[in-house]
Formats: sequence, C-alpha cells, structure tokens
Amino acid sequence: MTGRIWWRIDWRGAAVPIGFLVIAQLAALNGDLQSDNLAAPSDVAVACWHAIIDGTLFRRTLETLASALGGLALGGSIGLFSGILFGLFQTVDRLMNVTVEAVRPIPSAAVIPVFLLIFGFGFPMEVLIVAFSVTWTMLILTRAAVAGIETRLLEVSRALGFGFGARVYKIILPAALPRIFVAFRLTVAIALIVAVTVEVAANPQGLGYTIMLAEQTLRPDLMFAVLAWIGLIGWALNAVLLWTQRRLFGMAAIDEPAP
Amino acid sequence: MTIPFRQQQMQPMPNGKRTQAGNAEPPRSVPAGALIEFERVSLSLAGRPILQDVNLEIGKGEFVCVVGPSGCGKTTMLRLIAGLFTPTSGKVRYAGAPVTGPRPDIAIVFQDYGKALLPWRNAAGNISLALEAIGVPKAERQERICRLLQLIGLADDADKFPIQLSGGMQQRLQIARCLAQDPVVLLMDEPFAALDALTRQELQDEIQAIVAARNSTVFFVTHDLEEAIYLGDRVFGMRPNPGRIVEAFEVRLPRPRDWLTTPEHPEFLGLRRALFDFIKKVK
Repeated sequence: MTGRIWWRIDWRGAAVPIGFLVIAQLAALNGDLQSDNLAAPSDVAVACWHAIIDGTLFRRTLETLASALGGLALGGSIGLFSGILFGLFQTVDRLMNVTVEAVRPIPSAAVIPVFLLIFGFGFPMEVLIVAFSVTWTMLILTRAAVAGIETRLLEVSRALGFGFGARVYKIILPAALPRIFVAFRLTVAIALIVAVTVEVAANPQGLGYTIMLAEQTLRPDLMFAVLAWIGLIGWALNAVLLWTQRRLFGMAAIDEPAP
Repeated sequence: MTIPFRQQQMQPMPNGKRTQAGNAEPPRSVPAGALIEFERVSLSLAGRPILQDVNLEIGKGEFVCVVGPSGCGKTTMLRLIAGLFTPTSGKVRYAGAPVTGPRPDIAIVFQDYGKALLPWRNAAGNISLALEAIGVPKAERQERICRLLQLIGLADDADKFPIQLSGGMQQRLQIARCLAQDPVVLLMDEPFAALDALTRQELQDEIQAIVAARNSTVFFVTHDLEEAIYLGDRVFGMRPNPGRIVEAFEVRLPRPRDWLTTPEHPEFLGLRRALFDFIKKVK
C-alpha cells in the first residue's frame, strides 16, 4: 500500500524545481554573492540540516501545526455544523445570509490586531484566528454539499420515516461526505497559510517566527530553508489528503489530477 | 363472442361514456371496506391546481394501475397516499384513518433507482437501511437481508455497490429494500420505465408473483398501457389541467398472467383498444 502513493506521484513535476535549484546554485558559484540577502541552495540545505539536527525546526513545526490543526478543528467543526444547518433549512440560510456575506470577506490578517489585543501572544490568539479564517470556507462548501444532495435520497429517507437525527447521520452526512472532504482539504491549506501569516506578523512562535528571526539576524540561508520546509509540509499534507480521499471515496470523489 | 370491456362497464351508466371513477359502481374485484380512500381530494401547489376532486377507493390486495398523459397528477396521487403531500381539500384515508405522514407499511418504488439507492452502501447495506428504519434488531437483519436478496435474485451480489449493478439489478435492489419494510401497500412510480424490454417483462412477472404471494395492495403509476392491463385489477385513466380521474377500466384477465398468452386474450385486446382510444382522446 505504501508503494502506491509513490507510484502515483508524477515525478516529471520535479524537473522544474530541480532545474531552478541547479541554475541558482551555478549562479551563486559564479557570481559574487553577498550572504546577507540571498543564499546558495547548498547553503540553504546546510542551514536546513543544522536546524533539523538541533531540533529547532521540528519544535517550530510542531508549534505551527498545533495552531493550524487546533484552529482547523475548532473552525472546521463550527463551519461544518452551521453548513449542514444552512443547507438543510432555507430559513436559517436566509436569516444568516447578510451576516455571513459581510463577515466572510474580512481578511484574516486584518483581525490579527483585534485578537492580539484581546488574547495577547501565544496559542489561543493564533488558534482563534485560524478558526475564524477556516469557518467561512467550511461553512460555504458544506452548505453547497448538503444543498447538492440528490433530492430523491431525502425523499427516500422521509418515506422510510427516519427522524431528523437518523436522517442526518444515515443519509445527509454520508451523501455530502465526498464534497465535505474536498472542503476539508482546502481548509487544511488555508489553516497552514493563516498560521504562518500570524506568526510572521505578530506571534513569536512557530515557523513564521523562525523566518522573521532569520531575516532580522541576517540569515538568508535559514530563511530560505524554512520557506522551502513550509512548502514541503503543505505539499505533503495535500498529497496525503488526496490519497486518503481517493481511498475513501474512490469514484464518488470529485476527480482531480494526481499530485 | 366477447363484448368489448368498455361497453360492459358503460351499460349501467346512462349518462354518457365517461364516468367519475368514484361514482362508478364498485367493480367486483374490490373487497368490502377500502384500504385506501380518496374523498373529494384536491391539491394545489403554489396556487396551481394539480388535482381536482378525486374520488377513489382501493381495496386490500387490489392491484390498481393509473395511466394518463404527463402532468395529469398520477405521481401526485401516489405521493398523497405516501403522506409526502397533504391535500389542499378533501381526505386521503388509509385503513380508515387520515394519512398524516409516511408510514413503514407503505413503501415507494421510485423510477430512478440510480438516485434512490445509497451509493455508499452495498446491496446488503441498502436493504439494511429499511430494516434500520423499522427498528429490526441488528442480530436479525443479516438473515432477513439474505432472504430478501434471494427472493429478488441478488443472492450473489450482496457485497456489490449500486454502481456495480445493472439497471435491472438496481431496480430489483430497490424493490427488495421496499419489501424489507414488510409493507401492506406498494406504491410504484413508473418503476420499469427506464429498463430494457426484456428486463421489464422479467420484473413485471416477478412483481406479479411477489404481490400474489404477499397479497400486497399496489398503486402502480405507468405510461405503458399494456403494462397497466397486464398487471392491474383495475386501470384508472386520468386527464390533466387540473388532474382528475375520468375513466375506470376493470381487467378481468385470469391470473397468473404471462406475456405469451395473456396479450392474445380477447379481453386484453379489447382493453388495449379502449385504453389507446382513451389516451388519444385526453392528449
């Protein structure tokens, strides 16, 4: 089974980044590179290695992932729950429409000062900002997933005389699940982006803060190392989720090209 | 020498050819005490009249077919019996009591089996859904599922998902799910319209056998006039704008019926002509 995920990755996609790294390395070797704003890929690799060895990279990654996943769990479940509610009851949807559409466009970076003022530095502030950003995407995609359920299925569940709880559990959730999972994949990416943004902008922890620190201490090699590392994490998360999606839902999943 | 059926029926009706179904003399096949009754039922949806003044009595164990052009309210009547619609005026009664909502002893077979089955559950799981709905304990489910799969000819396909089954098999599965409810009444909404001719005949014969064995009451909506004659004890003809029952045909064909000899029966031919004339007229 583990062999399959590697099999499915199209390694031709690696040609461009590797080519870019080679050119950057050659340029760094031939040019006269001052090390206070750029770094050769080899130096970046060395910095990355050191950060891995001394444990900082691992620790910072955990901090960022904890905030991202914590916020995702909180905002995701709020979005999921209200999305189901909005999708099932048009009255609720109409009642909340203006509120949702007015709050949703607020950029997550814009609420950083507000949450910072209320909660101060640390996990709670970051988790809540991630939750705030994730909720709307989850809500809107879940609402669409629930509203898109085959009406015949709802009729079948009514004709069978299921109560509301059984209807949600036996029909609505499983029917909407493939699309809800796509929403989950998107919100995982959003959560990671927002967590790092908060750390870069304000919160002294995690990978975002490490980038800021590297920049302020004139360590471009470390800065680029962390940047590449975040890219790798995002890519790996998406690959794992895509693979899970395919295994769980197979044909039912909305099909996308392999990672 | 057989008299065409319609003349037979019209004889006691002095006032013209068309009869209000509700006013017609009760045909002999209806047992005393109707199981399903429509009493002056009208239904409007969004201000548009769909059904007007429908009177109908269906006896227990009766196989009733309804034909008529699209939009004449056939499916609406089915939904009224199922408790999925409430009449705007008039009464729909089941076993003497007004229909207030869906109930487990009334099962619906939809035409679009592909949409009515749960794609994430296999054949056994889809049947299990109905058993869960009527509260059959988990321990008993497996055995009942096996029996139903066998009855409907899907014994080897318990683990297959709907998408892996042919159209005919999917419809068999939906019928099995309905039978799992142990229904008294089967409501069938053009159940075989989407199937190929051979599969359709196969399923018509199977439903005939199942209904005979269980003494089910069936309300069968169809566009296929021959199917209506072949299966029904009575056939009702409806007319659109607004939908109403305008003619009733009694089918006095011996049972069990089969596709080889029954269509050659003079009664079948007479009814076929009468129904084709009727449809041409109301279109």
